[in-house]
Amino acid sequence: MYFLIAAEAAIFTIFVVAYIFYVGKSATGPQPAAVLHAPLFLTACLLSSSLTTHLAVRGLRSRNVRRFTWWWCGTVILGGIFVAGTAREWRHLVYQDGLTIQTNLFGTTYYSLVGLHAFHVIAGLLALAVVLVFAIRGDVRQEHSARTEVLSMYWHFVDAVWVVIFTVVYLIGR
Amino acid sequence: MSAARATVAVVRSERAPLVDTLHEWVTTVDHKRLGILYIIYALLFLAFGGIEAIIIRIQLIRPHNTFVSPQVFNRMFTMHGTTMIFFAAMPLVFGFANYLVPLMIGARDTAFPRLNAFSFWLTAFGGLLLYFSFLGGNGLYGAGNAPDVGWFAYAPLTSRTFSPGHSTDFWILALLLSGIGSMGTAINIAATVLCMRCPGMTLGKMPLLAWLNFTMAGLVILSMSPLTAAQLMLLVDRYLGGHFFDVQAGGSAVLWMHFFWIFGHPEVYVLAIPAFAFASEIIPVFSRKPIFGYPVMVAATLAIGFISMSVWAHHMFTVGMTSAGNTFFVLSTMAIAVPTGIKIFNWLATIWGGKVQYRTPMLFCVAFLFQFLIAGLTGIMLAAAPFDWQLSGSYFVVAHFHYVIVGGILFTIFGAFYYWFPKMSGRMYNEALGKVHFWLFTAGFHLTFDFMHVPGVLGMPRRIYTYEPGRGWDIWNLVITIGVLFQAVATLVFLGNLLWSKLWGKVAGSDPWDGWTLEWSTASPPPAYNFPSLPEVRSRRPLWDLKHPEDPDWHYE
Repeated sequence: MYFLIAAEAAIFTIFVVAYIFYVGKSATGPQPAAVLHAPLFLTACLLSSSLTTHLAVRGLRSRNVRRFTWWWCGTVILGGIFVAGTAREWRHLVYQDGLTIQTNLFGTTYYSLVGLHAFHVIAGLLALAVVLVFAIRGDVRQEHSARTEVLSMYWHFVDAVWVVIFTVVYLIGR
Repeated sequence: MSAARATVAVVRSERAPLVDTLHEWVTTVDHKRLGILYIIYALLFLAFGGIEAIIIRIQLIRPHNTFVSPQVFNRMFTMHGTTMIFFAAMPLVFGFANYLVPLMIGARDTAFPRLNAFSFWLTAFGGLLLYFSFLGGNGLYGAGNAPDVGWFAYAPLTSRTFSPGHSTDFWILALLLSGIGSMGTAINIAATVLCMRCPGMTLGKMPLLAWLNFTMAGLVILSMSPLTAAQLMLLVDRYLGGHFFDVQAGGSAVLWMHFFWIFGHPEVYVLAIPAFAFASEIIPVFSRKPIFGYPVMVAATLAIGFISMSVWAHHMFTVGMTSAGNTFFVLSTMAIAVPTGIKIFNWLATIWGGKVQYRTPMLFCVAFLFQFLIAGLTGIMLAAAPFDWQLSGSYFVVAHFHYVIVGGILFTIFGAFYYWFPKMSGRMYNEALGKVHFWLFTAGFHLTFDFMHVPGVLGMPRRIYTYEPGRGWDIWNLVITIGVLFQAVATLVFLGNLLWSKLWGKVAGSDPWDGWTLEWSTASPPPAYNFPSLPEVRSRRPLWDLKHPEDPDWHYE
């Protein structure tokens, strides 16, 4: 999983570099300063979901399957809120501000970078949800804690990438 | 119990109908079978890429030739480059790594056998997708097509305006798929080396081949990903109307160059480091001496891997970077010659004073030493930015990188074929045919690529469809094409030798070379579980210890 994370990190690096390279080079509007608002609530949701997975895995390691299920469920909900929030933000950008992936360089780089991250969040959510279904059916036991830990490692990575994207897109890039 | 299983397998393979055998191969997760699948697949594409090279060379044999149309010529050099790098060289390297790394570290399989199969089939279908473009490149409009944007596909040539139809999309998707496959294999190799070593095999006692493939895997993980990211951006541009590489909307064509070469240069070392690995196993065995300077070899490999990540823009000196940028990339490129030089001296020191046996694998490795040195020297010449301004994009560059990839990498791969063929097939290859292959191929190689430097210095640009007579290029191009003929015949001899030996060769036995690493301790071909009981290792040459209990290596290490 560490190696997969290294490979994924390299992919994100290239997209972040492209974003930074093209900041302020759009020939036409809308510009990021006019339309982007830092999604603080969503960021808080995603970051705290890292904490909940951690607590879930710790619960499983100490044989507490109930605690695991609840914290894991919390992770899925928080991640779901993040994806729904991103969808709302995009809807607003597309319909209110008229920014699509074709509009200008900002649109191209913004949607591909944030979209690539959202894709990873959704992939992670699907995996988390599968484990949650297993947990609710009572199939997750203490011996699976190493596997859930691998999944939570991926989730931490997705959250860490969001910290970078948030900084680049919503703080520096505006 | 393992013995019983082995008997069952033997009985079944004798009686199984063809469909069952095929089914077993298609659904296999055994690292040895996947390795062989990789290798056979790569040989197929080596033949395709070779045919494309022959077409290119026939077209250039004399001025004003019209053997193919300019359009077809563009497709041929694009397909030749893409095929050889992504679907011949890389699968060959991965195939050997897959087959050998678990055997050499005393493991029963790789860390993730199913990921291994998944990665192979992704690569395989990637190659099929690339070649399907001959049929489907123009969609349903009839005439065939294929990518014609060059193997590094500079923007804006790849934009919808200049590449209508689907041929470029096939190129993107093929590389995207096989790139994901390569990452899977790389993750697998790295995890196998770190987690699956047999008892007693510390990292410092690991065969050099495992160390070097571990480095290669790290490079693949860090360098394939930028290519994947860049291909995704290109897809966004072509299908969603994005502007990453669209200069008119403020995008940058130079950014594609950076992204491509951030992948492209480490890629050379992805291929070269496994080639070094083969040389590091073959040269000691045929010199009857342990490798000289094992720790330095490992350190030099890691140094090469590290430095190779920071040299990419030497492909871009003619783009017009700042002088600080040029200086940095000149220096970093020259720095990489230091660890490479250390390796060459260590191989020479291994041969020095040894009882050298010039069997076919050793012949290929000796030629490799000589040719790789020359390739490195022209590399240092091109690393000097002013020199590169003169010769970038000329046949001198083409000669240089073919010297690296054919003269360095392909030669050791041929050596590896002969060295491990007895292990993989259980049969001995034909030594006489092997030597015919070596001498024919070496003669052809030098005819083609030695003389290719000359028209480059005389100003012949790469990728031109034809040229005017009387510029002093004619005779050189003729000689180059004649050399290709030798190489083609030699390759046919090689393939014939493999086929003939597989069917009628002498039975090889488990250890035909009196080798020292663990793969020679098990049967040829190895059973599905590799080792009946996991070996215990106390030195870098475990088989030497076993054969010479009175004077084992671990007394000295």
